[in-house]
Order: sequence, then C-alpha cells, then structure tokens
Amino acid sequence: MAHDASSHGASTHDACNHDGHAHAHVRGDACTRDAGLGGAEPLLAGRNLTIVRGGRALIENVSLAVASREIVTLIGPNGAGKTTLVRALLGLEPLTSGTLSRKPGLKVGYVPQRFEVDRTIPMQVNSFLALGVGASTWDITAALGHVGAPHVLRSQVSELSGGELQRVILARALLRNPDILVLDEPVRGLDHLGEAEMYDLIAGIRDTHGSSVLLVSHDLHVVMAKTDRVICLNRHVCCSGLPEAVAADPAYAQLFGAEAARAFALYTHHHDHTHDASGALVAIPPPRST
Amino acid sequence: MEPFLLRALAAGIGLAIVAAPLGCFVIWRRMAYFGETLAQASLIGVALGLALHMHTTLAVLIAVLVMAGLLIALQRQSLVPVDGLLGTMHYVALSLGIIATASLNGPTVDVMSYLFGDILAVGTTDLVLVYVGGGIVLALLALLWKRLLLFSIHPDLAAAEGVPVERVRMAFTLLLALAIALSIKAVGALLAIAFLIIPAVAARPLATTAEGMTIYAGIIGVLSVIAGLYLSSAYDIPSGPAIVVVMAAFAFTSMTLIAMRKSGSVVRR
Repeated sequence: MAHDASSHGASTHDACNHDGHAHAHVRGDACTRDAGLGGAEPLLAGRNLTIVRGGRALIENVSLAVASREIVTLIGPNGAGKTTLVRALLGLEPLTSGTLSRKPGLKVGYVPQRFEVDRTIPMQVNSFLALGVGASTWDITAALGHVGAPHVLRSQVSELSGGELQRVILARALLRNPDILVLDEPVRGLDHLGEAEMYDLIAGIRDTHGSSVLLVSHDLHVVMAKTDRVICLNRHVCCSGLPEAVAADPAYAQLFGAEAARAFALYTHHHDHTHDASGALVAIPPPRST
Repeated sequence: MEPFLLRALAAGIGLAIVAAPLGCFVIWRRMAYFGETLAQASLIGVALGLALHMHTTLAVLIAVLVMAGLLIALQRQSLVPVDGLLGTMHYVALSLGIIATASLNGPTVDVMSYLFGDILAVGTTDLVLVYVGGGIVLALLALLWKRLLLFSIHPDLAAAEGVPVERVRMAFTLLLALAIALSIKAVGALLAIAFLIIPAVAARPLATTAEGMTIYAGIIGVLSVIAGLYLSSAYDIPSGPAIVVVMAAFAFTSMTLIAMRKSGSVVRR
C-alpha cells in the first residue's frame, strides 16, 4: 500500500496543488490548506517553513501548529517531507526560510523514526531510561509496564527487537513527562496487532499525561479514530482538518490513490456493513474525485 | 625502586586513568582515526615549542587544537569521505612534524622520543602536569557524562531533549586534545591514542554498562602500565611499546573469552 501511494504521489507531484484546493473551498472549507492555529497559543509552531537541499525543496512554505492536549497526525506518501518537517519543528534541521516558535521551557518527548543502538555502547534498558531523565527504578518499571515491555528492564538496548525498542523509546519519552510527544512512524517493526495496540497507547497518553501528540504516519486508516486533526503533506500542506474532512477531500484521493481512499471509507463505515463473500468494498461509494 | 621508574609508574597510571573514560567515548563515537590524526599534529607542536621557547605541553595543545578546528571545518564538505580526509591530514601532520623538527636550529631533536614517548624521562613537573591536567579533564568529563553519553547513543534524541549538542561536541574535542597534550611526553604522538582506545576495546566484551566499561578500561590500563614497565626494565625493551603490547594482550584475551562464551551457545539477554 505504502509503495503504491508513494509511486502515485511521485507521479502526480502537483496532485493536490490546485484542484484539491478549489474543491476544498467548494465544500465550505471543511478542509483547509492552512495547518496553523487560530486563537490559542500553540505549544510548538512553524510558520512558512521551507527547506531546500541540493536545489530540491523538501518542504515548501509549510505552516503548522500544535495546541495543548491536541493530537495531530501528519500523513503523506513516502518522500512527502513528513520526517523533515518534524525534525525542522524540533530544531534538528536547518531552515532555508521560515520561523519556529515554541512555548518557553517546552519539554519534548521524541520517538525518532530510526533508532539503532550501536552494540559498541554497553547499555541496559534501565540505565538508558534513567539517563538524563532522573527517573526512579519504580517509575521505570511502571513506564515499561505501561508500554507493554516489562520484561526488558535489564536487557541490553542493542539486543532488543524492533518492537521492543519502539516501546522502550516511547517509555523514555513518557518518563520525561513531556508537554508534547513527537512520534515519527512509531509502529515501525510492529506487527498488525502491535500497531493497533501502539495507537491505542498513544491515544491514551493525552488522557493519562495531558500531553499533546504530533504523530507521523504514512497510513491514515488506523490512526483516524484517535486523531483531532489530520494534516496531509506532500511537500506543502495539501489539506488539513478533521479526519473525515481530509479523507473526503479529492486531494487526499489523488495523493493516495482512489483505492486507498475507498479503503479508508471502508474503515470509517465499517459498522455499516457485514463482511460477505461478495466483498463489501464494492458496496461503499468511493469519494468523489473529479 | 629507582626514582625515575617510580615517576614513570606514577605518570603511566595517571594517564591510564584519564584515558579510560575518554577512550570509551572515542570508541563509542567511532573517533579512533580522528584522535589519531589529532595526535599526529603534536609533533608540529613540539617543533613550534622548541622554536618559540614555549612549554612543550602548551605548544602541543595549541597544535592539536588547530588541527581539530581544521578537521571539523573540512568535515563539513561531503565530496571526500571522512576516512580519506583524516588519512590525508594524518600524513600531512606527520610529514610536516618531521620536517619542522629536522629544520630546527640548534641541538638536534630526538624525534623518536616524541613519536614513541619516553616515559622513563618523565620529570617531576611533567608528573604534576599529568595529575593536575588529568584531574581537570576527569572533572569536566564527569560533569558532561550524561549529556555526552546520550549524545553518543543518539545525537538527534539528545538534541530534541534539549542537550546543547554542538557545545558538548566541542567540549569533548577540547578534552581529547588536552589528554593528547598531557600524554605526549610519556607516550608520544604515535602511541597516545593507543593508550586511549586499546583498554576500552579490551573492556567492551566484559561490560554490560557504560560505567562498567570505563572502570574495566581503567583497571586494564593501570595493570598494563605496571606490567609493561616491569617487562621494559626486566628485558630492556622500549617502555611505551611494551605497555601497548600488554594492553593489546588484554584486548585479545577478553575478545577470545567472549567469543568462546558465545560459541557455547549461551545467549544472554
């Protein structure tokens, strides 16, 4: 799926540029091109962010803000600049132009896309979780339990499986008691069951910790129900708004392909039908995409 | 025991203790060749010190720091890979150092003693310098420990969590340069980095925590100095190389032990 979306996105680079925009307005602005916020003081915001590397724009004129206790999901095909945007917001990527603002003293919990711990550094999970966090053994044990990895307490970080490592890094992010949790494709290395569990966990964090969540995904279906706002990115913000509005937008269908859009429709309406042999997929009308 | 041997022992032990945590970070951050290239600049520093009547340690520190600045600036380009760049600078520094020491007016310099060090010629001032300078390096390292360790594990995670990574990186390079300058008299330009990395390499298979690895590295370094100096005086062999060979023996032993334990199919988690 991801691969299809990527090749589709690449071939229709301008897919959401004008058509999608126009349609969004026809629909009464349910889905907007501006992913910034209105009134509330955001925790973390970027304005008109542009990053050019080697003469190629990775992101172009992107504005985005995350409010307190908000769950924002960033979707887009591979190569859309999702990771670049998140890294830019965290100050890890030099900007070509644009401005960043963050609430003074903002505490960030970060789960990076790639986290490979070198075997050259001997490090047990418990020391990794305590390092610079100042958490007690009791807190650490509780955090590992919370993310569903209580058995790895004394394992070497470099010997964890992909799924265990994701959970441990999430536990570290949580132990920092962050104002905002930034997760870049947190389900890498997890199986489908683990994916669903991980998303439930992330959605619960807002309630248990009061943190905002900024989540990167290339896969809209699973995250939809838990998200306050979806931002669809393809180097620029194609579309931003409530999950249902984004999914119904033609820009979304063009970016991810009609099949993906139908699959999403299937997901959101999945109480409305029963699975039969003839295939319920056909019964669901695809979103209009002219 | 002869006083000169006692001084050599004290200097060697002090250097081994300072080298342990620094050497671990050099290994963790894959900076062995970077350190090696820095150390080569010290011969230029020696010549500079003699020409300008400057204290050798200070002159070496300056030369090493200039080299560090040069390397950091050159690493910003991406046309030439880092090892190619370090290799180039390594030989440039060595050649310039030899040329500089050879073209000094006045008494000829014993280049060998600066390349391999002369731990048996360490004086009281050198000894004080090793302990005072070394104490400063260790204190700063202790202060930076957590940030440096997190940075070594994952620079971006450290930066996102608010560690001032550029300053930490600079501070570490400065401490490394200081340690090289302190060890030049005793172990020389060619062996300075051996003192840092070989005990750390020997310690890695034995350790399950970062702190444990530095402690093992320290113990191995100190034992190697004692055994190396004993072998050196008993068999009349060069002392610096003797110490390095003992360190290497520790490294091979610990790696062999761990390989044997692994092949016994006992997989520990």
